[in-house]
Amino acid sequence: MSDEEVKSLEEQEMQDKVISPEKTEEAKLKARYPNLGARPVGPDFLRKRLQKGQKYFDSGDYNMAKAKIKNKQLPSTPTEKTEITGEHIPTPQDLPQRKTSIVASKLAV
Amino acid sequence: MAGPGGDMQWCFSQVKGAIDDDVAEADIISTVEFNHTGELLATGDKGGRVVIFQQEIENKNQPQFRSEYNVYSTFQSHEPEFDYLKSLEIEEKINKIRWLPQKNAAQFLLSTNDKTIKLWKISERDKRPEGYNLKEDDGRYKDPNSITSLQVPVLIPMDLMVEASPRRVFANAHTYHINSVSVNSDNETYLSADDLRVNLWHLEITDRSFNIVDIKPANMEELTEVITASEFHPHQCNTLVYSSSKGTIRLCDMRASALCDKHSKLFEEPENPSNRSFFSEIISSISDVKFSHNGRYMMTRDYLSVKIWDLNMENRPVETYQVHEYLRSKLCSLYENDCIFDKFECCWNGNDSVVMTGSYNNFFRMFDRGHRRDITLEASRENSKPMQVLKPRKVCTGGKRKKDEISVDSLDFNKKILHTAWHPQDNIIAVATTNNLYIFQDKVN
Repeated sequence: MSDEEVKSLEEQEMQDKVISPEKTEEAKLKARYPNLGARPVGPDFLRKRLQKGQKYFDSGDYNMAKAKIKNKQLPSTPTEKTEITGEHIPTPQDLPQRKTSIVASKLAV
Repeated sequence: MAGPGGDMQWCFSQVKGAIDDDVAEADIISTVEFNHTGELLATGDKGGRVVIFQQEIENKNQPQFRSEYNVYSTFQSHEPEFDYLKSLEIEEKINKIRWLPQKNAAQFLLSTNDKTIKLWKISERDKRPEGYNLKEDDGRYKDPNSITSLQVPVLIPMDLMVEASPRRVFANAHTYHINSVSVNSDNETYLSADDLRVNLWHLEITDRSFNIVDIKPANMEELTEVITASEFHPHQCNTLVYSSSKGTIRLCDMRASALCDKHSKLFEEPENPSNRSFFSEIISSISDVKFSHNGRYMMTRDYLSVKIWDLNMENRPVETYQVHEYLRSKLCSLYENDCIFDKFECCWNGNDSVVMTGSYNNFFRMFDRGHRRDITLEASRENSKPMQVLKPRKVCTGGKRKKDEISVDSLDFNKKILHTAWHPQDNIIAVATTNNLYIFQDKVN
């Protein structure tokens, strides 16, 4: 590229920044996350949104593991309570307890 | 905002909730709604609880003080559940509360979480029966052999008791998460909408629901948009609208066909393709849609603006108001901290002349349509002296910051006002910060 062409490209970029703060922000984001896809709201993103709340406790895995171990103790709960998927077989103690809010709302005081 | 006698000024009236900074997740307010007369104000929270406030009768001795809202009833509407078949945790958070118009002495409201809608009856009891023949006053049954004479039980006055009871439970009709509930003007039916479907219910029938909109594609790989909000027209019982994550609003007429997949009108503002960026679709997603009281307009809220649409004109909004345009140059960090996905609601005042919506830093904005004026106010404990007039706030976007201004970088993005409500007749507003409910009213001169 000749010097003049480079200069006009730079000018165009500066123009873009002035005209569109959004595009500047986009450039910033892409610089930080080079693997970011072009479409932020694709089918995968939407499907994740639809599946909010999914927790994985497989009672089949749990019972199989219980049967295998038989009289031995079940694997003890790890300190990291969030790791109840993958290799670790969750036990009822692992699952976070969803208690109801027995306490009255503080707005009603 | 000009009212009778000059500019309207907003004053602090009340604040409800705890002062401490450590907010329990259950205390996060998730919905606020006045009933049709404005006498009752309901809030729902993340803990599944509903609190209803009642406006006390005006104190005639002190004309400058408007009536106050005090706790009327509170109950646990929803509880957390676990769907074992789908391994899905169902939050108890109340997504929406909608009041039914009053038909008799009791009040009714619909409250919903992600999966289940409930119809609650709130009734007053101020008398109790006394003098039963077969029971003692404490409830124990009498020995029949000891009864020698008959008495007529009488109703005696007692301290007012407000009871809330679930009258209907509308369950198992939504695969996805319910975002909206809207009572029809026919006062017999209502709609509930989730990410992909809108269902029609009859208030008396809980075991059946009609699907009227279904945008689920046959192949989920082709999913491009979801339903974000839905509402019935205030007067036309056959008309409803639903908004999408792509910034479009579809109006459907239930007379046209049983399944309203084909819209009657499509409201969409054309976009300049050269302005398109990575963020365009995200910030165009509509987080709330509300018909005006007169039924001629509808308002939509997207991430940065509020738009007013004339129902007779589909190709562009008639008015656009910038809520916090200065955030456009912060979209990168707002995407990183997920704030770009915050769902702000919006509301009309009683005569559709002013619209209101929330922002960050506990700011909220009002746009006076007629006078082309807008104002930014703050809900804060620092401005909470009785009847203290709220000072307008201003965000400095660059360059020199004036004395009372706040710079964009100093805004607290954890202090978001997502839910606001306007009294249907008077200039009284309810503004929810994370865990506090503020009530403001205009200064009565």
